[in-house]
Amino acid sequence: MPSRALRLGLVVVLAGAMVLPFVVTNFRLFQCAQVFIYAIALLGLNILIGYNGQFSLGHSAFYALGAYTTAIMIDQWSVPYGWTIPVAGLLCLIAGFLFGIPALRLEGLYLALATFALALAVPQILKYFEHWTGGSQGIVLSKPAAPKGVPLNPDQWLYFLTLFVLLVLLVLARNLLAGRTGRAIVAIRDNPIAAQAMGVNTALYKSLTFGVSAAYTGIAGALSALVIAFVAPDAFDVFLSITFLSGIVIGGLASISGAIFGALFIQFVPNWAQDISKAAPWAIYGVFLIGFMYVMPRGIAGAVRLGAARWWRRRAEPS
Amino acid sequence: MLKKVLLLMLMTAFGLGMLAPAGAQTVVGVTATEIKIGNTNPYSGPASAYGTIGKVIGAYFKKVNEEGGVNGRKINYITYDDAYSPPKAVEMVRKLVEQDQVAALFQTLGTPTNSAIHKYVNQQKVPHLFVATGATKWNDPQHFPWTMGWQPNYQTEGKIYAQYIMKNFPDAKIGILYQNDDYGKDYRKGLHDGLGEANAKKMIVMEQTYEVTDPTIDSQIVNLKNSGANVFFNVTIPKFAVQAIKKAHDLGWKPAHFLNNVSSSLATVLKPAGVEASRGLITALYMKEITDPQWKSDKGYQDWVAFMKKYYPEGALDDQSNAFGYTVAHAMTQVLKQCGNDLSRENIMKQAASLKNVEFPLLLPGIKVNTSPTDHAPIEQEQLAKFDGERWATFGELYDASKK
Amino acid sequence: MDILIQQVVSGLATGGIYGSVALALVMIYEATDIVNFAQGQMAVVSTYIAWSLLNAGAPYWAAFLATLAISFVGGLLLERIVIRPVEGAPVLTVVIVCIGLLVILNSVLGWIYSYIQKPFPSPFPDRPIRIGNVYFGAHDVGALAITVLVLVALYAFFRFTTLGLAMRAAAQNPASSRLCGIRVGWMLAIGWGLASLIGAVAGMMVAPIVTLDPNMMAGILIYAFASATLGGFTSPGGAVLGGLIVGVIENLVGTYVHFIGTELKLTVALAVILIVLLVRPSGLFGRAAVHRV
Repeated sequence: MPSRALRLGLVVVLAGAMVLPFVVTNFRLFQCAQVFIYAIALLGLNILIGYNGQFSLGHSAFYALGAYTTAIMIDQWSVPYGWTIPVAGLLCLIAGFLFGIPALRLEGLYLALATFALALAVPQILKYFEHWTGGSQGIVLSKPAAPKGVPLNPDQWLYFLTLFVLLVLLVLARNLLAGRTGRAIVAIRDNPIAAQAMGVNTALYKSLTFGVSAAYTGIAGALSALVIAFVAPDAFDVFLSITFLSGIVIGGLASISGAIFGALFIQFVPNWAQDISKAAPWAIYGVFLIGFMYVMPRGIAGAVRLGAARWWRRRAEPS
Repeated sequence: MLKKVLLLMLMTAFGLGMLAPAGAQTVVGVTATEIKIGNTNPYSGPASAYGTIGKVIGAYFKKVNEEGGVNGRKINYITYDDAYSPPKAVEMVRKLVEQDQVAALFQTLGTPTNSAIHKYVNQQKVPHLFVATGATKWNDPQHFPWTMGWQPNYQTEGKIYAQYIMKNFPDAKIGILYQNDDYGKDYRKGLHDGLGEANAKKMIVMEQTYEVTDPTIDSQIVNLKNSGANVFFNVTIPKFAVQAIKKAHDLGWKPAHFLNNVSSSLATVLKPAGVEASRGLITALYMKEITDPQWKSDKGYQDWVAFMKKYYPEGALDDQSNAFGYTVAHAMTQVLKQCGNDLSRENIMKQAASLKNVEFPLLLPGIKVNTSPTDHAPIEQEQLAKFDGERWATFGELYDASKK
Repeated sequence: MDILIQQVVSGLATGGIYGSVALALVMIYEATDIVNFAQGQMAVVSTYIAWSLLNAGAPYWAAFLATLAISFVGGLLLERIVIRPVEGAPVLTVVIVCIGLLVILNSVLGWIYSYIQKPFPSPFPDRPIRIGNVYFGAHDVGALAITVLVLVALYAFFRFTTLGLAMRAAAQNPASSRLCGIRVGWMLAIGWGLASLIGAVAGMMVAPIVTLDPNMMAGILIYAFASATLGGFTSPGGAVLGGLIVGVIENLVGTYVHFIGTELKLTVALAVILIVLLVRPSGLFGRAAVHRV
């Protein structure tokens, strides 16, 4: 297996990511931070859908919960923003776990509806509790500056912050999925009855997976509140959930790198689409969506894996 | 290479918000032959109906350029799709400001999207002119000196109806239907404020909301009728306005019916709802309603039609948005004209804040645009009008929110 | 009492809309085993076709029938051209292709017809029917009747015709069906055609109420999805009934649960549906999924 090449590649990418903030414009850094944030959210959703086989159209709700946790803590209680991120994650973990329990009874389409309902309800609920959430006007925040003594501008700082969180969560996800827990999660997807027979506590694992998935997405939401410095209920509608879903399928289900590919797709493809046509940018976006699915029915990560395997096989054959 | 390094430093300076104080700045976005104006609009997503405003503005600037531009400079109009999403709006506006280096932002559309960029553009000291939203917060020159609104805000309009109701319906029992978002709530607040606390408590008998995703509002109308209301304040977008007018008529409910300006189109609201059902509706106008037959021979209207046919033939002639964009593009051109040869951001802002009694072809006769360094609300006048079965018949005096 | 009856009546009218779109969703699910997110948008395309025909001067029922025919063929072609290439791919891949289709159709409609809403005629009289103090919209009653008619036709088709039976077989067990000589690919295509046709009926019945614009079905599809789920995705009758129930619940919650009011009525209606689902995980009238061990 080409693991040495892979590792080398990773080191190069990481080194590049470290140097990047000092060579590109702040605007590009902002876009990168967005990609990192989406990648975290997609990673969370992928753990649930890709690895565990539970369907969700409701992750915009957890994204919103995370974003609002951060926004309200900063706005109402002036909590330092650094603390708000783990709190957002924890809150979403609990919310996701609790939602996961009744969701156990539902499968496939019916689970899709339950989560879809959550996504629909959240903007309404946010508007209802106007006192906390600022109602439909939302909450305006200040963009966090780098800590004293760190010679970085806010965009550079947020770039590193989001990158750091992404890396931590990537490693955690990898460890979680590679181990015993990960095998149980995947076994539930592939054959729930057999998994149960093998002694896996399906109910607990499914709810926990839901919680972890929600926590990832919530952390992404919290970071987005910081980077955008604004939250409003209508920014967290069902479309966001559908965008996330498109992201993980295009990126590649059940694949960690798929989250990053998917994030790149949902961040940049709409921009290309509008560069091609202002008259009907969605039409172009739709063509991209369908085109990607035709060429890579198992997502970008799937295609990359397949391509790499072929390449290595061809190299290995002559020897 | 040196240029790149310089550019990088400039960018960093931008990011830190450490730009040298006004005056020392070079003129951004302007060359001897062109000036860059930036805009965001929803060309995709659920709000794409508004996207036509961004397009008609582009068409108007094309006309201006073909006729020689402004003071010899062509307008380079750069518009991006923000899909009505705040994160995308932030991204696109940063692209306009930091990458494209526009001289000014113009007609960025939507309340949530503009809220998301409000602070940023003021930190960057970029003119943020004539934003396309009816919220009140854009007229706050003390805290946000670089932002300026355009249309009369929703709260003002709500207050106009409140005054009229208090004067003509002292025993009013008011029922309100509003969209559950910033737009609906602003209108509601305007009416409440206009009535005053005591009156509001006494007069408003029921408030109903709907979501923009709701298919119908039948249930709300049934409840409003049942509440015994004899005044109906209808704060709905065109799609629901048609339903509300029709349903009230079908149920035999005949209140004094106040319809928000947003849905005052004859062709797309009143006629589909039925002329009989619509007779007697009252609204507040500041523009000529372009499907109203009374303007057929009006010069402003005819010029607009000729413009549409030549420069934006795919645009709909029954879409008030196209008249809106055309008018506001006039205002932007006027500001640039006034700037003369000094197109620094400071001067653009200064000129935008010194429009004096300017009239534009599609504004109602008598409505004048006025701004000052302490008044960032260009249009503050509105005129009540009643639908007489054929056209909007204006009545009463011109209401002026700035004179209060 | 009048208000209660009036709210139920208007809930049934709105519910009829949900039910008719839910029926199209269930149809395609029965025939192809996927949920087509583009279903609503396809119905809007059909309605625009009808609108264009009517605008060109065609009589209503001629335009109606022509639209049905065009929609059927259009749906069939969509399956053959757009969905076919991903036939063997994972379900979610097909779902994403459907979403792609949705955004393309939406954008193209806006481009051609503009986003400005257009009035759409009803074949039924304009005057409301009044019984006591309760008003019935003639169009609402007519539309509901047509939905039920479609439902009955659909039931008969799947129950009594060879083609209908073959289609069901093809969706539920493609491999065995193929062995029986059923052309599974074509069955799927016909399923799309039929769903598109049912969507066209729904679109033409909905448009007179909500007026026609490219986003007409966006909100309705949400409710249709909820209705189909409540009724059970495997039961066409359940879908229509589910729609009616959702319509009525929503109105009653908005009217009588005062501390909620209209601001949270969607949330509460959804919560009610979820509670029902927790008791009956396959919907009210759906077949319970049986697991093979």
